Amino acid sequence: MRTAFIQELIAQARQCPEVFLAVGDLGYSVVEPFAQEFPDRFLNAGVAEQNLTGLAAGLAASGYHVFTYSIANFPTLRCLEQLRNDVCHHDLSVTVVSVGAGLSYGNLGYSHHAVQDLGILRTLAELTILSPADPGEARAAVRWLAAHPRPSYLRLGKAGEPDLHEPAALREAPLVVRSGRTAVAIAATGSVLKCALEAADLLATEGIDLAVLSCPWLQPVGDDFRAAFAPYRRVLALEEHVGTGGLASLLRDTLPPGIAITSRAIPTAVTRMVGSQTWLRQQAGLDAPAVAAAARELAGP
Amino acid sequence: MSGASQQLAAAARAEALRMVARARASHLGGALSMADLLAVLYTGVLRVRPAEPDWPERDRFLLSKGHACSSLYATLALQGFFPTTELLTYGQDGSRLMAHVCHRVPGVEFSTGSLGHALPFGVGLALGAQRQGRAHRVFVLLSDGELDEGSNWEAILFAPQHALANLVVLVDYNRIQSLGAVSEVLELAPLADKFRAFRWAVREVDGHNHDAVRTALDGVPWEPGRPSCLIAHTVKGRGVDFMQNSLAWHYRSPNETELAAALRQVGGAP
Repeated sequence: MRTAFIQELIAQARQCPEVFLAVGDLGYSVVEPFAQEFPDRFLNAGVAEQNLTGLAAGLAASGYHVFTYSIANFPTLRCLEQLRNDVCHHDLSVTVVSVGAGLSYGNLGYSHHAVQDLGILRTLAELTILSPADPGEARAAVRWLAAHPRPSYLRLGKAGEPDLHEPAALREAPLVVRSGRTAVAIAATGSVLKCALEAADLLATEGIDLAVLSCPWLQPVGDDFRAAFAPYRRVLALEEHVGTGGLASLLRDTLPPGIAITSRAIPTAVTRMVGSQTWLRQQAGLDAPAVAAAARELAGP
Repeated sequence: MSGASQQLAAAARAEALRMVARARASHLGGALSMADLLAVLYTGVLRVRPAEPDWPERDRFLLSKGHACSSLYATLALQGFFPTTELLTYGQDGSRLMAHVCHRVPGVEFSTGSLGHALPFGVGLALGAQRQGRAHRVFVLLSDGELDEGSNWEAILFAPQHALANLVVLVDYNRIQSLGAVSEVLELAPLADKFRAFRWAVREVDGHNHDAVRTALDGVPWEPGRPSCLIAHTVKGRGVDFMQNSLAWHYRSPNETELAAALRQVGGAP
């Protein structure tokens, strides 16, 4: 996903002279092509995320659309006040890009598990929040951001995520990846969408037909977002995030009470475990069989 | 020019005293300690246009010690950025003159209040100007106490690395921070040596000597390719004898009698 991000950012930078990339001494073997092609619009600010975010706000006030780039919680929680005061309060065009959403860096341990970011950042109402599921969604998200410079957060996976679908363009609403004939849907944000699709395939072999929605757009939520859920009565929300503040919370906060929301998220105990993303998802009940079991219950009589 | 800046400083002190008294607000000590620096900056050092606050080629001035903004608002109003009649709305319901500096006020570039934010932002402005080949400069006024913040040192490390000669830091070194003397809380000395070790050009000055401050600032950058740091030795509460060097006046608001006495001392009509 990070390769799709940088390729699309380079494409956008060729058209938009204000696009600027500022990294926090991370991005080895990812950001170099941008740095080589646009040396005047690239900066390595060093291992100093508060200064990175503050100076990004200053660059934005000078006319740039600055993409800050780092991993896990470093460009978000480490410098949360800079994001709140400098970027959001001044309404400046800074897009925070974090690689390593959820448990992408599973075996690097607790410091690198980015599983509270959505809950914390959603409280910054000025912030547009995008959480793509695959390389195609990441490209669409970058295209949208380049066309709409503003305070924003782009939550990326890591590398090697498969293409799950081909979104035409980002919308301010969920994308229907698989349509169903029942009033039950699985809604996922981020690369865990893959588990949702696998679970739906499993259930299809049992004759259970349900929809799968991808939710790269998380904030702000408007009428289009709510309308996309109108066909459903029961929704299973999947996310690589703790159960507080993320997608499930968002749906409970914004959808009408007639739509029942069930959640599969990361139990806090799992953030203290170390292992591959796949193994950690199993521990959290976010693998295809566990998701299918939860969805089967929803689809039942 | 010194006469003009002296007059401006005296008037700004008087306005700040009235504003803080009326709002029952705080932070007079730091507002008075930096009043002379502001007066010199806004009488010939900063290239600004009060009638056109967003003039693209203006120098950018950032107040990092946003809690002390009463004397900045007063200075800006007295220089014509907005009507002086608005000053008494400071801290009142619905006012844009909030008691930590606010970018919705004409002439104010950046809101602060949490310490350690303006210098990283200023570094971004200076880098932006450098990358765009623009001639304006960035001045950031810091308190001494806020040099406890790590974010400032991230920016102080960054600026010389990128040869930001268009960046000027002024430190209002009044030696008293929120809960005590700087030397007792987190000693900064030797502060000039610290900045020099971080590869800044550094000068020290009596922050109440207008000619000395002006001479120093007129000469920036003092060394090619380096940011400049002016350490201004000041007195907290300067101008009012019972406020000078007093921790209490970081917090207290003057009552009627104290306000009248203070105004007499700074040369403002009670």
